[in-house]
Amino acid sequence: MSLNRRSLLKASGIGASTLAMPYFFHRSAAAAEPLRVGVLFSLTGGLSIIEKSLSDATMMAITEINASGGVMGRPIEAVLEDGASDPKTYNEKASKLVIGDKIVTVFGSYTSASRKAVLPVFEKHDAMYFYPTYYEGFECSRNVVYTGAVPNQQLSNFIPWIVKTLGKKKFFIVGSNYIYPREMAKVCKILMKQNGATYVADEYLELGDSEWGSMVNKIKNSGCDAVLSNVVGDSVVAFYREYKNQGLTHETLPICATVTSEIEIAAMGPEYAVGSYTSFPYFMAIDTPRNKAFVQRYRSFVKDPKAVTHHALESSYFQVFLWKQAVEKAGKATADAVREGVRGQEFDSPGGHVTVDPNNLHTYLTPRIAQWQADGQGKIVNAYPHPIEPLPYVAYGETDSNLFCTRNGLDVAKLRKS
Amino acid sequence: MFDVIFIGLSLGSILLLVALGLAITYGAMGVINMAHGEMVMVGAYTTVMGGLWLHIGFLASLPLAFVITGLLGWAIERIVVRRLYGRLLDTLLATWGVAILLQQAVRLEFGLSFFGIHIRGLGPGLQNVKVPAWMTGVVSIGGDQVNIYRLFIILVTAALTFVTWLLMFRSDIGIQVRAITRNPRMAAACGIDVQRINALTFAYGSGLAGVAGVMMSGFKTVFPDMGSAMVVDGFMVVVVGGVGSLLGSVLSAGLLGQVNGGVAAVTNDILARAVVFGLVILIIIIKPTGLFSFKGR
Repeated sequence: MSLNRRSLLKASGIGASTLAMPYFFHRSAAAAEPLRVGVLFSLTGGLSIIEKSLSDATMMAITEINASGGVMGRPIEAVLEDGASDPKTYNEKASKLVIGDKIVTVFGSYTSASRKAVLPVFEKHDAMYFYPTYYEGFECSRNVVYTGAVPNQQLSNFIPWIVKTLGKKKFFIVGSNYIYPREMAKVCKILMKQNGATYVADEYLELGDSEWGSMVNKIKNSGCDAVLSNVVGDSVVAFYREYKNQGLTHETLPICATVTSEIEIAAMGPEYAVGSYTSFPYFMAIDTPRNKAFVQRYRSFVKDPKAVTHHALESSYFQVFLWKQAVEKAGKATADAVREGVRGQEFDSPGGHVTVDPNNLHTYLTPRIAQWQADGQGKIVNAYPHPIEPLPYVAYGETDSNLFCTRNGLDVAKLRKS
Repeated sequence: MFDVIFIGLSLGSILLLVALGLAITYGAMGVINMAHGEMVMVGAYTTVMGGLWLHIGFLASLPLAFVITGLLGWAIERIVVRRLYGRLLDTLLATWGVAILLQQAVRLEFGLSFFGIHIRGLGPGLQNVKVPAWMTGVVSIGGDQVNIYRLFIILVTAALTFVTWLLMFRSDIGIQVRAITRNPRMAAACGIDVQRINALTFAYGSGLAGVAGVMMSGFKTVFPDMGSAMVVDGFMVVVVGGVGSLLGSVLSAGLLGQVNGGVAAVTNDILARAVVFGLVILIIIIKPTGLFSFKGR
């Protein structure tokens, strides 16, 4: 009768450890024990539009690695979870993967909101999160490997190029009202100043709002000669349509965008975007055999002959290989091994050569500028000669000779000074 | 100045386009139809699917969407709403459930995606709708540039409002609908087939939402969630205008559209939205029954 809670816990603890014992011995005996990783994207809800494709690309990479012998001879077993387009659900699923399933590495997230929601879980339990999306920077976690572009990798060649090649001097900055477009606008303004250009307005529309009448009218009357757009999500489609419907053309007043990808172009109809520009490290139109084969493999993997590939999708794919190489280099798959192993890791991705920065765990990527064509594909009009260093704090004065985020974490003193 | 008023007018006409169907289902029948936004979504997908599979144009989708969403509305009335008349909160929950079902049906391609079958035009992604070339761009009227697509929306909304007015106030069915609105039991006692009229009214209201969906698909993004935000705006218009009053809905849509457009022109869109909601709260506090309302007996 003396079965109280404490003794029950004790008993179950002993029970669990005896149960675990044979498993422990078994593990060292069998070589082909699968390596478990988490895959956490939104498969339902509004963001599933894009996140489903990121999940698919991750699964494709895992399938390919397994087909060619796995990691150190061990197959990868993916535990697929659904973030349901909701940061709170993201946090719950991350806890489930890291604490419940004891998984060390998770690939996931599209929005910054969902990444911020899972971050405490990974930092507290020291697990690794691979994040494939371009984002606003201003983060320096030893538990996240960032394989998407940060602002300097999208803007540092874009603004100078617009000013010098297109001869545009007066920008209208427009974005969705949340952290990413606002941080991007900060970097834009720094670069515009450096290149002798100015901006006439810096305006925002609510995230997900698709009523552009007033805003486009303002652009029309502002006297600007280029529009810099950090508009995100389904608003993009309505924006480009309203733009043309109000009689503006990209020939005289081009939209230069940082988020508009192949997905949005296909949804709005290419005729609305012909002549406008986007800056990304990866475009589906990159004309290399490796990329063409990648697009083919992706299309047959998702059984959709018209599926499009885009920047975050490509990063979702190659980051699995970066993780594989890190594990193989370290010889084990613990968090420390992955973190140290992935530093400086290189890979020939569909979009070109990528390297993980040994300091801040972000990724060296090659900025490219594309002009959208009538077939819905970008024509690459400018590309950086080499991959450039990721600087997540560039909006606060970070340069390649004065890094804020290093192996030892964020140098808060430098951030304060800025 | 002209362009600000025109944008306000356009915003108002879009509000009214969505609210018109609600003004009928909610106003006349007292059913809070949370699936109204999904009817708009179905209308938009009709345009997508019609273009992909039947190769019909944008304009031809208008009657098709009206028929399809009308039939769908008729079925929903028959299966769900009919059993819940007079239970306001229950209809709200039930139609909300219908809304989720419809959204997921589109997103999961009627469940076929579980079997690896992909139907072009459905699924979770963004869909493209081809708009005729003559509807994009601007036309010059009296020296001012006018957005053709928005002008078209204003004309369609005006036409639909006129047709609805004819139906409600100049036809036999309209008299019966208005009788039911005032007092369903008394109407039934006078020999009106309340069930039949209700089914027809609900189908018509849903059909209007389908037409709104076609118009939306041409300049907004088509995806499974697109309707949920619109239904909020729709209810706002109906409540401000006064439940059951067609004229009230027209005027409140016009008012809210102009306020939205005007404030957005002076400040920005985010503030404009806040001002509109503030105005709605103010109106409801001062006139809880809306701008125009009649006494039920």
